[in-house]
Amino acid sequence: MQFYADNAGLFWDAFLTTLGMSVLAGLLAVVLGTLLAAFRVSPILPLRGLATFYVETFRNTPLTVVFFFIIFGLPQIDFVIGFFPGSVLAVGLYTAAFVCEAVRSGINSVSPGQAEAARALGLTFGQSLRQVVLPQAFRTVVPPLGNVLIAMVKNTSIAAGFSVSELSSLLPRLVNANAGELVLVLVGVVACYMVITLPAALALNRIERRVAILR
Amino acid sequence: MSTPVLFDLPGPRARARIRIATIVGGLLVLAVIAFVLWRLGGNGQLDPARWSVLTDPRTGVPQALGEALVRTLQVAAVGMVLATALGLLLAVGRLSDHRWLRIPSATFIEFFRAIPLLVVIFALYFVLPKFGAEISAFAALTGGLVLYNASVLAEIFRAGILSVDRGQREAAFGLGMRKGQVMTLVLLPQAIRRMLPVLVAQLVVLLKDSSLGFIIGYFELLRQARSLVEFFTPRFGNEYTFQLYVAAGLIYIVINVLLSQVAKYVEKRTRRNRKTAATSEVAASAEAPVGTPAGPA
Repeated sequence: MQFYADNAGLFWDAFLTTLGMSVLAGLLAVVLGTLLAAFRVSPILPLRGLATFYVETFRNTPLTVVFFFIIFGLPQIDFVIGFFPGSVLAVGLYTAAFVCEAVRSGINSVSPGQAEAARALGLTFGQSLRQVVLPQAFRTVVPPLGNVLIAMVKNTSIAAGFSVSELSSLLPRLVNANAGELVLVLVGVVACYMVITLPAALALNRIERRVAILR
Repeated sequence: MSTPVLFDLPGPRARARIRIATIVGGLLVLAVIAFVLWRLGGNGQLDPARWSVLTDPRTGVPQALGEALVRTLQVAAVGMVLATALGLLLAVGRLSDHRWLRIPSATFIEFFRAIPLLVVIFALYFVLPKFGAEISAFAALTGGLVLYNASVLAEIFRAGILSVDRGQREAAFGLGMRKGQVMTLVLLPQAIRRMLPVLVAQLVVLLKDSSLGFIIGYFELLRQARSLVEFFTPRFGNEYTFQLYVAAGLIYIVINVLLSQVAKYVEKRTRRNRKTAATSEVAASAEAPVGTPAGPA
């Protein structure tokens, strides 16, 4: 306990950094991902192509490479970006590709009969989208979207390799100074991650149960 | 685009609107590309002389990148083999009738799926030596990849085994087979066929994650590019920096795209194959607990 009391400040700062990175990158990913999903189902060919290209590229690029390009590559073409904003940008851009796939699969999972029935009842395009298709799509999207976002929280650990003092970076930093309390360092870091991911998973379960519908 | 059930087929006016939007969208995309090229050109990054460093063997750059690629593939290959083997053991352990096997396997799987891969790698690389076990960057990276991916693969295997029709298992027991025989002769052969696409997709994730070696100083592509840059900078300034970074990143992307294509091909083949008919859809059931193959999770 003495060890944690001594290093409470460090742990707290690192925890806040990871949390902040997760929240900001999550917002960026959800907004951009939804936009991309809209592009992917739109009738406008260039937008569809652009979104498909984006998703395929980012899904096949290791996140470390994305970080690498943003933090070391961008300054070479005169866009200098700090380590923290750069990390948020990297994680957000990367996760957006996965969010896009989750949302798109949700839209596709609504059975065509629903939309056809809505049209047959005389609902307009906007009405059938707002009142029939999207409410069902959002419900299907909750579990995969939750998985994507929880994986994202774990992915923020890569920022440790790019000079952001978040949770994982505590390991190399504290290990050398505290040779006696190695296990405590490890347990502390893991526990901090769990403090973020476990409540998130629980909340997702509850949301999922609340919005669940019978098909 | 999926079938347009949301709206009637566009009439002449809607078609005209779509055409205008297409042109505007196309121009927008072209403008973005042009802006990037203009930016790069303005910096002289497109100068062929600066790119020739990548192909000229006298600079030693192609050889260095080639060796780095080999090292990347080494980690990935060793990791894939070990992770698959360990994952299979864990899956069978978790499905075992014996509690002393089931509970440790389940704990192991849940633990390593819950913590970031990088933390596992750091733990191996920085913490183990303090207990007197000196460990190389290669071993730490491979170890982390194996522990994490074996846990994910174990869940994929388990979902696959559970997806084999119950009658298969019952029939095998009815024929007088033992538990081990039922698993190895009846359940696994059918399960593995069915889950092959998900399995390959996860192996692509493993390959992607091998780039984490950059962070602990294993000389894979990114670290190699970085050290080449550090070597060149005192001599030529930033002349070749951007080119080296792009080269290392592109190699990664290309091998990942290739492996993903293999995964897609396998999926197509399996879908055609009649022998898999005894199992229901694994992909869906396996993906939910696994999360998305969202990179180094």
